[in-house]
Amino acid sequence: MRILLVDDEEEFVATLAERLSLRGITADWVTNAHDAENLVNTQHYDLAVLDVKMPKVGGRELKKILEKKQPGIKTIYLTGHGSEEDYQAGSAEAEFYLMKPININDLIRKINDALDRKAQGGGS
Amino acid sequence: MKELLKNFYPKFLWGGSSGKGPLYQHMFNYSRLWRSAVMLTALSAILPLLAITWFDYNVTRKAVESDTMSRTSRTVSNTKRTISGFLLERKSALDFIVHDNTFEELIDPARLEKILENLQKSFGGISDIGVIDATGRQIAYVGPYSLTDKNYSGQEWFRQVVDRGIYISEVFLGFRNVPHLVIAISHELPNGSFYILRTAIDTDQLNDQMTTLELGAQGNAFIINTQGELQIPARHHEKTFEKIAIPIPPFSPSTETLDYHDPYEGDFIIGYAYVPDTPFILMIAKNKNELMKSWHKTRVEILIFLSVGILIVMVGVIGFATFFVNNIYIADQRRIKTLHQVEYSNKLASIGRLAAGVAHEINNPLAIINEKSGLIKDIFQFSDKYAKDEKLTGLVDAIHNSVARCGAITKQLLSFARHMDVSFQPVKLETIIRDVIGFLGKEAEYRNIHITIDVAKNIPDFESDRGKLQQVFLNLFNNSFAAMTEGGNLNVAASLMKDDRVRLTVADNGCGIPEKDLKKIFEPFFSTRTRTGGTGLGLSITYSLIQEIGGAIEVSSTPGVGTRFVITLPLHAKNIKEKPHAHTPG
Repeated sequence: MRILLVDDEEEFVATLAERLSLRGITADWVTNAHDAENLVNTQHYDLAVLDVKMPKVGGRELKKILEKKQPGIKTIYLTGHGSEEDYQAGSAEAEFYLMKPININDLIRKINDALDRKAQGGGS
Repeated sequence: MKELLKNFYPKFLWGGSSGKGPLYQHMFNYSRLWRSAVMLTALSAILPLLAITWFDYNVTRKAVESDTMSRTSRTVSNTKRTISGFLLERKSALDFIVHDNTFEELIDPARLEKILENLQKSFGGISDIGVIDATGRQIAYVGPYSLTDKNYSGQEWFRQVVDRGIYISEVFLGFRNVPHLVIAISHELPNGSFYILRTAIDTDQLNDQMTTLELGAQGNAFIINTQGELQIPARHHEKTFEKIAIPIPPFSPSTETLDYHDPYEGDFIIGYAYVPDTPFILMIAKNKNELMKSWHKTRVEILIFLSVGILIVMVGVIGFATFFVNNIYIADQRRIKTLHQVEYSNKLASIGRLAAGVAHEINNPLAIINEKSGLIKDIFQFSDKYAKDEKLTGLVDAIHNSVARCGAITKQLLSFARHMDVSFQPVKLETIIRDVIGFLGKEAEYRNIHITIDVAKNIPDFESDRGKLQQVFLNLFNNSFAAMTEGGNLNVAASLMKDDRVRLTVADNGCGIPEKDLKKIFEPFFSTRTRTGGTGLGLSITYSLIQEIGGAIEVSSTPGVGTRFVITLPLHAKNIKEKPHAHTPG
């Protein structure tokens, strides 16, 4: 299992990646959509954890790009903002939505849930 | 009917200016508006009424006066004709005698006596008759005196008969001391000479003619000579030959009327006529007040009409002005209330957005702290060196717990702000109550206020407006907090009612609301805390919001014991039409 972390807060995303790897989850991290796109070109990911609000290209837009490149890739959103837009986006796939600051165990649970679903639904 | 009458109650007089707060003060002065409306409308209605009445008053007065004058004038003319006729009859009789008898027959005393006898039979009041020759000597005379051979040539009347052929004297007493007048005519003889037939007539018959005139109680009729001396006795006081007080009117060939003011007896209308070929002036005086009686009655009627007219106009004008100014006032009050609501909602929304912004900004560094401390803990847990150091793991847990607390606060703030502008959606009552209470938690802790929340478990999620409910609870809880001192109790309870409604009570043991204020607390701008920053709108807006979501609110309070608000909310939003309401944050 390999996951991709994208968040414009480098300190946050780097630490999160380290914590996940301590728990046996291989996580690559980048701080913008452009770098994420480059990584996806060379590497396969089962799941992407995306910050909803990022400069230039936001999480939801990036999700579409990633899905094009790697159909079937699962996404979990992170947000530090409580705007209605974010809420609506999260509500559509409630289980893949987490508000910062996050609990690492919650995140791992969601990752597992998403991947389980992927395995069962064949990437629906 | 009662509702209609309410519109005429001048609420604006006691309602004060159109609003509180610097923005709305002195927007309109309704009393001045009302006064101007009443004044202008009343003037434009009453001035024409006054003008018409004044015009009618004068026209009627002139018509009555003119009618009175012409009636007086007619009486004078008729009486003049009667007097003229009386004298003309006697003159014609003399004419007949001179034509019917020769001069010789007339100077025969027996014949003359027969003629006098016949005249007395025919006319009465004729005392003597005489024949005077051209030299002025009375050559024949029949009567009570021995006037035969008396010479009249030097007398004025003799000259007048010679000049004009006829003479009618003024009234005089003569030797008999009886008022009488003399009629004399001249007659030419075939030889070119002439003679005069002269007779004396008593004025009693004239008196009778005058007394039959209808002149009213204070009216009077006189016959005077050109010196103003009475020729026959007048009705009141005056005796024959007395001078009358009224000045002699100027000569006119026709009948005239004039106004005369007597200092003792008031105003008179005087009609007069110079009786032709005589020295007599006929005068009829009528008391003006008596004549104008009908006018006085009309005048009173006109004044009553005017007064009633003005009264009706004023009642109408005041009624309509009050009605319209009231409606303007009520409309303004509604508009200002809406403006305030918009202002209030905007303020609340701005606070929400500010809170959301702050929460978001704090959230990112908080997430970093969270991850860093998490990583420290991870390192401790995965390292043999530190895993057993309880103090270190305890410190990291403390950081972690504080971050979790901060995270909870920012999540709550974000959640609150997020639901600010959302309309109908499924809501969980307890969550909303706890969200709102969450903001007051710290204050409650500092002030040692005990909050109990008791929401029945059988209340399902129901369709309502979360943002409005948040505002309602925030307003009510804030009010309770303001009313309570240290150590107070706030009790929030909700239960399901049989008719698919939720009953929610918010009770505190604060200072309470006096009975007289209790009726007004949902009115806009009513506040007992204006000095400490209350707008007087919180409960008014609460009331509107609850109505908008189809609920109802009631209040009961005992001063010194506490206040209880009871809200009922419908479980189904299907019957509630959301009104277009201006509280959407801009």
